[in-house]
Amino acid sequence: MLLAVVVFNFILLSLVPGDIADTLAGESGGASEEVMADIRRTYGLDRPFHIQLATYVGKVVQGDLGMSYYFNMPVTELILGRIAPTLLLVVTALVLAILIGTLFGVIASRKPNGLFSHFVTVLALVGFAAPVFWTAFLLIVLFVAMLEIMPISGLVDPTTPRGTLTWYLDVLHHLFLPVLSLSSIYLAAYSRLARASMMDVLGSDFIRTARAKGLGETSITYKHALRNAIIPVITIAGLQFSHIFSGAVVVETVFTWPGLGTLAFESILRGDTPTIMGILFFSAMIVIAVNLLTDLAYRLVDPRIRSARNA
Amino acid sequence: MRDLHTTGPETVRVERPVFEFLRMYVRNWAAVAGFLVFSTIVFAALFAPLILAVDPFEMVWMPFTPPGQDGYILGTDNLGRDMLTAILYGARATLVVGASAAALTIVIGLTIGSLAGYYRGWVDEVLMRITEFFQVLPPLLLAMVLVSLFSPTLTTVAIAIGVVTWTGVARLARAEFMRIRELEFVKAARSIGSRDRRIIWRVILPNALPPLIVNAALTVGIAILFEAALSFLGLSDPNVMSWGKLIGDNRDYLLDAPWTVTIPGVAIFLTVLAVSLIGDGLNDAFNPRLRER
Amino acid sequence: MDAPLLEVENLEVEFSTRQGVARVLDGIALSLEPGQTLGIVGESGCGKSMTALSIMRLVPVPPGRIGAGSVRLNGEDLLQVTEKRMREVRGKDISMIFQEPMTSLNPVYSIGDQIAETVRLHEGLGRRASLDRAVEMLKAVHIPAAERRVREFPHQMSGGMRQRVMIAMALACQPSVLIADEPTTALDVTVQAQVFDLLKELQEKTGTAIILISHDMGVIAEMADRVMVMYAGRIVEEASTDEILESPKHPYTQGLIACVPHLEEEPPLERATLTEIPGVVPALTELGSGCSYAPRCAYAADRCRRKAPEPLEVGEEHRVACWLYDEAGAA
Repeated sequence: MLLAVVVFNFILLSLVPGDIADTLAGESGGASEEVMADIRRTYGLDRPFHIQLATYVGKVVQGDLGMSYYFNMPVTELILGRIAPTLLLVVTALVLAILIGTLFGVIASRKPNGLFSHFVTVLALVGFAAPVFWTAFLLIVLFVAMLEIMPISGLVDPTTPRGTLTWYLDVLHHLFLPVLSLSSIYLAAYSRLARASMMDVLGSDFIRTARAKGLGETSITYKHALRNAIIPVITIAGLQFSHIFSGAVVVETVFTWPGLGTLAFESILRGDTPTIMGILFFSAMIVIAVNLLTDLAYRLVDPRIRSARNA
Repeated sequence: MRDLHTTGPETVRVERPVFEFLRMYVRNWAAVAGFLVFSTIVFAALFAPLILAVDPFEMVWMPFTPPGQDGYILGTDNLGRDMLTAILYGARATLVVGASAAALTIVIGLTIGSLAGYYRGWVDEVLMRITEFFQVLPPLLLAMVLVSLFSPTLTTVAIAIGVVTWTGVARLARAEFMRIRELEFVKAARSIGSRDRRIIWRVILPNALPPLIVNAALTVGIAILFEAALSFLGLSDPNVMSWGKLIGDNRDYLLDAPWTVTIPGVAIFLTVLAVSLIGDGLNDAFNPRLRER
Repeated sequence: MDAPLLEVENLEVEFSTRQGVARVLDGIALSLEPGQTLGIVGESGCGKSMTALSIMRLVPVPPGRIGAGSVRLNGEDLLQVTEKRMREVRGKDISMIFQEPMTSLNPVYSIGDQIAETVRLHEGLGRRASLDRAVEMLKAVHIPAAERRVREFPHQMSGGMRQRVMIAMALACQPSVLIADEPTTALDVTVQAQVFDLLKELQEKTGTAIILISHDMGVIAEMADRVMVMYAGRIVEEASTDEILESPKHPYTQGLIACVPHLEEEPPLERATLTEIPGVVPALTELGSGCSYAPRCAYAADRCRRKAPEPLEVGEEHRVACWLYDEAGAA
């Protein structure tokens, strides 16, 4: 799968009209044909297509994603330097969305016609319909302009000494709005999903058995029903992870969060092909890793899958 | 307790399915509201040039005129463009791209999903690998790359959105086809020697339509959101006014002139909300039993 | 006379539906002695399962509502106690097994955990001790390799095995009453017989009273000491099993018994026919004031359609609700 991503990226990006020589020449205000040819040789662009592809794949296998045209440094290094903030943002948003979403769904399912249940319906609609950058701007207007309690952008106040407790707290402070914007969409979706799933499970025969055993409602809801009801939430969260990653691109640009999303956006504007390829490759890798984790979570929750896959 | 719902034959009203469907839909006031809002937006987009014969890019007044002042209902933006005109014209881009991208999404998704679900075996295997491949790449990022590779026009944007969002439709179509192909009437059709093409189009597809139609409404919503995000990031046709572009152009002035950012956002929000209410309404109308619970 | 173990009087349950309020149980009365087996028989929708759920106080509220009556267990009216007290009763004093063994066990917990949960809950045993009890119970219901299977999950077992697990779970705290709601309907015929043999065997050992619910008169005939026939939420006839089989009084009971195929008889030369009762059970929201069986009854007279009959004593411990036996009022 990863190999397919690599090949696809390469083919895709070699379709681009113009190349690095044009870009660099353009930036330096025009260059002679000789210089251009020289640049092309340096980057191996003069060789036939399939050789370029083979070379690229070979290098990727060794962890070499090439040199960024713009930063003139190895893409792998560039990406590794930017990956932590993105993971921090995406993982926090995802975990929050799953935890709070499931909690909302469970509470709503206990009174399907109650006020909270209607709140979840409205929340789901609003969460789906609101574009993430707009949510982000509204949050900025509220928390930055009106309440003045949140920083508007960046990862951390540059004056804070790195590695101290204040530094970590400051990162959390900066993290709040991006995470809130990003998780709002998925929180809404998961609470609706969790509610539907809970109501489905609460109507099943084994819940009746649990009641006949004399269990209380709390134990029935949180022990017997929840563990079954969370399975679809995990499925959807796993399937949607690449979407959350997409959302992160927008959120990062809004908050100038120094992660892969901003790097991707800037690289696209700059035509920095190796970096774009590298980011697509890395994000695919992260998505695949998350899918493996989803699988693992499944096995923990559902014994049916455990034995079916071992067999 | 099943038998509680048993009613005598004399109480069963025979109704044309279409009317039954419409009756269910109309009973859902939220869905009707969604439909009305959406129709209004379509109407406004269609007749925008007649309502306001102004170029949306033209500087008409002082920049950052707040809404309501000097006769500009929604105010002006950083370049002194009339927000109302921009919103009306923006609706056209949004709707055109949203609708065509959604159509493309459905065509790709339905083709891949139905073939995979109907033929199973290696066809399924190959098509599902392709689907997984597209699921692994972050859709918006891929769309950004696609748009930037080719010239940013409305067509490219629509195609890029279609190419990155079809996987959901494909999975749904595949699941429906796999379910329906095992049903008795499909076996019956096969036993009388119907050809595959006929079975796919005339036998299975009509039965798979309800969930696909509901999903189509969501697909339009998602396409609109993608268009908004792309044009917000500046990766759309710079010569066409759209809601996302309006927000993107004005984002630096968010704190000084919040209306320039919030109003186009409200437009996007309402449109997508209307579309998803329509989707919910269709869903309920297709599954009347779900509502009775 | 001693009070019976379980005594239900004048039980009424209503459900609100879109078509109106349905009285799903009307004037249900039953009594049960220790070690006795009471069969409740009737077509689906007649209120058999609802009677069981009402005794357990598991009627879904809303839309259901227990309107009137009492359910006394050793003299304590379960319809009046708190929900907390009721939870102590469920699974400890009264247990229940259900029709669908395939779906009645939680798929994500091992069967040992599920049996042990009941024991921990009601007897306060520790983890280790309650799991030991689970193994013991699995042995009691003749599940081979109990020590190993206790760690298995429901999906790894067959329907018959799962029903044994359900029985083990229900009997783990030695309840005085076991309600078995169509326990074998979903199972193969051979497995059915095994489950019934098991129930009989365990009843002899523990002295548990059983309420057996079935639509199958044959099953009831084999298992029950007394039989209650239900139709459209009412008891139409009640007597000892032998009495019912020998001289069924109510036309509906006669119909039910005629429906049982008699394998021991010489097969008739002409085509063997299975008897059936014509018509369907009426919707409970549409019940008029008359006898609810009247529309299907071959003997229905005018007054059957006007007024519902009250139960009449027609023999020793034999009651029937039918105008045919009301000599005093006969025209």
